[in-house]
Amino acid sequence: MADLTIPERIPINLVVNGERRALEVVPWTTLLDALRDRLELTGTKKGCDHGQCGACTVLIDGRRVNSCLTLAVMKDGAEITTIEGLAKDGTLHPLQQAFIDHDAFQCGYCTPGQICSAAGLLAEGRARGADEIRELMSGNLCRCGAYPNIVAAIEQAMSRS
Amino acid sequence: MNAYVGTSTSRVDGRAKVTGAAKYAGEFAADGLLHGFVVEATIARGRIARLDTSEALKVKGVVDVLTHARRPPLADKDEAWKDEVAPEKGSPFRPLYDDRIKFNGQPIALVVAEDWETAKFAATRVRVEYEQEAFATDLESERDKAEKVDQPHKPRGDAAAALTRAAVRHEADYVLPSEHHNPMELFATTAVWDGSGGLTVYDKTQGVQNVQKFLCSVFGKKPDDIRVISPYVGGAFGSGLRPQHQVVLATLAALALKRSVRVVLTRQQMYGLGYRPMTIERVALGAKPDGTLDAIKHEAIAVTSRYEDFSRNDTGWAEQLYKSPNSNFSHKLVDLDVSTPCDMRAPGAATGVCALECAMDELAVALKLDPVELRLRCYSDRDQSEDLPYTSKQLRECYARGAEAFGWSRRNPAPRSMRDGKELVGWGMATGVWEALQMPVAVRIVLTANGHAEVSCAASDIGTGTYTIVAQVAADALGLPIENISVRLADSTLPQAPVEGGSWMAASSAHAVLGAAEEIRRELARLAKAMSGSPLADLDAANATLTDGMIASSEGRGAAVSIADVMRHSKLERIEKEKLNQFAEDKSHARNTHSAVFAEVKIDEELGIIRVTRIVNAVAAGRILNTKTGRSQIMGGVVWGIGMALHEETVMDHRFGRIMNANIAEYHIPVNADVHDIDVIFVDEPDDRINRLGIKGLGEIGIVGVPAAIANAVYHATGKRIRRFPITLDKLLE
Repeated sequence: MADLTIPERIPINLVVNGERRALEVVPWTTLLDALRDRLELTGTKKGCDHGQCGACTVLIDGRRVNSCLTLAVMKDGAEITTIEGLAKDGTLHPLQQAFIDHDAFQCGYCTPGQICSAAGLLAEGRARGADEIRELMSGNLCRCGAYPNIVAAIEQAMSRS
Repeated sequence: MNAYVGTSTSRVDGRAKVTGAAKYAGEFAADGLLHGFVVEATIARGRIARLDTSEALKVKGVVDVLTHARRPPLADKDEAWKDEVAPEKGSPFRPLYDDRIKFNGQPIALVVAEDWETAKFAATRVRVEYEQEAFATDLESERDKAEKVDQPHKPRGDAAAALTRAAVRHEADYVLPSEHHNPMELFATTAVWDGSGGLTVYDKTQGVQNVQKFLCSVFGKKPDDIRVISPYVGGAFGSGLRPQHQVVLATLAALALKRSVRVVLTRQQMYGLGYRPMTIERVALGAKPDGTLDAIKHEAIAVTSRYEDFSRNDTGWAEQLYKSPNSNFSHKLVDLDVSTPCDMRAPGAATGVCALECAMDELAVALKLDPVELRLRCYSDRDQSEDLPYTSKQLRECYARGAEAFGWSRRNPAPRSMRDGKELVGWGMATGVWEALQMPVAVRIVLTANGHAEVSCAASDIGTGTYTIVAQVAADALGLPIENISVRLADSTLPQAPVEGGSWMAASSAHAVLGAAEEIRRELARLAKAMSGSPLADLDAANATLTDGMIASSEGRGAAVSIADVMRHSKLERIEKEKLNQFAEDKSHARNTHSAVFAEVKIDEELGIIRVTRIVNAVAAGRILNTKTGRSQIMGGVVWGIGMALHEETVMDHRFGRIMNANIAEYHIPVNADVHDIDVIFVDEPDDRINRLGIKGLGEIGIVGVPAAIANAVYHATGKRIRRFPITLDKLLE
């Protein structure tokens, strides 16, 4: 019979939204669960836990990543930006404001992932028009079907950045 | 008066949603919170012969494993398990009730541990042995066992005879697969134990009071023992109408262990909840050479479970749309070893109207008539089933406005006649129809002397925009800026509301707000009159108006007085009024929303790849409370229609009675790249009969007609008629 004991916890440090956070995690804890359950940053969403929906997208060292496919222990020392870290001093990030202006969400559950993914997309500088935005944002599902408004919001933020 | 109603006000909950501050059911913290993980049955029918939890219990961090043999008491009468929207006939499913297995994926145990990963790991250590029984899960092989349920509409004339003598006839089966809602949020419940037997239950639901009453009856609790809260819901689309497994399991575990417990279903486990049932729709149309109908026959055969009869009105929509002296409708069910289906966006209409509108397109081809022209020749100004006029029906205008915006007049009717480079181009259209329902809802308004109002109601906002329209209507009715209105929803202790569904919440909640605001206005008028030396001493309460924080007479007599002054003078800090709004019953008119949908597809003929490049959806749905969120509702419906036409299908392996694509990668929903131009047109439709504000609701109408318009466009592009949905590229290449 297999060993039924849980592996030892490993200490790690994450820099989350500019703040250094020390925690101990078992090796199988995903970055997503560490953020939601351990650091109480529930803005990052779990929609599938399989990298299929994009709701858990965060920025790691500036790149957009599915946090459900990332083990927390792999990111010791990394800089992580979640949806809670985008607004500065109460002023919304241009993407957050654009999402409100264009009604780029309904239920709001995919929204943090969409916005983090869009922030990563802008940083990549690969998208030049609507067709490319659609293609490069297709890893973030929205069941409410707000896609045209999401594209419009990203175009607004792109034109102002 | 209308500073906000009818405008494009941005969502009042927008900031919470874009900053991550909005909390969903599985995100509420509690001291000593435990985590439950569900173990599911892996057979379709039979009984549990042996369930061994000993290994799971040995895992460090596991607190308990609940099973049918180890759990607190559960109600044993079916009535106790029937929630507000349970099917009339049947015995609702009871998680962990006994050893019977009714469907593959049924929850059979709940592993409860100190953290989620431990519970998940330990769940793999629960050993189950079954006694399997013969089962059936395939609608098509069991089609002959279909039994008729109550007819949706009385037959008129003799449709069979009229079909026999019809000059032009079209008859075909259209097959619509089972579909799953797949809201982005996982179904979750956090049941918070208060230390003395009471529970606060944060649940993903479309109706907190429905869940609260259900839990009280299932667990034999008093109303004060359980409070259900659901401030934000990450999509539901019908899947959250009935109380779901996780809320029973979390509550069960919290009561068993006297601790707070969270249960979150996995995406895979959510395929054991309700779904849109697979339906075979047989439509027969008989027409005269001039394009008028003489006969309509529509029969639907749908899946249900063996333990409940779930059926919706698939057939009979033609009674609202197309004149025909002879009609016959029937709905049949096949009992299978699956979980009970449930409502999914525009239940019945999304599927039934899809079949009807594909059939109408085929009839237009047979008659060599333009599809829009055929619909105009058959246009019905009355609901034929009850022979009633409509409170309003601007469908003709939908056809005209939609066709114009789309450029329909430039369509070459011949299939395969239009191209764009190497892609075939197809243009198709269809009609949509849904009901304009309204329900009793109560609202409480607390107006405070600082000019702020809190508006509260138990209704849910599942992303539909209820928070926003409630704020808009209240701001207008109270004459306050919308920033001074705060809205509280989805707490079972708030004033009465039904589940949010059927497109009824906009009209129902808006009129409840008006009713409560009316009480506030009367009270303010009474107080204003009573002020010593009041400039409004002659005020007739019925003529009092509230505008810009002032109360005045609508007749212009006397000066306006600020609401703040009235309250200060009356030594009142707050005025609280609650009112239940009930709509007068009026059976003299039919109440429906309508739409005309136009679709363009482009198809790579060699690869069979289909792109929906343009959709125009012209909707007549009474007054639109918020043009921004309203447009989003219709756009979302259109995206769902694209999914229904081209992508979505729950695929079952009938050898095991198990769903094969129970995840969100192999169950295809539209992604951003699948969606192109969507043009939403709201046709003016004043309606002073349906209700005071002329509201009809938008949640369902956006999807209805869209799959048929796309299917008809695919035919126009390729000359191939695909009657089995979704229209995937393999079917085009066959």
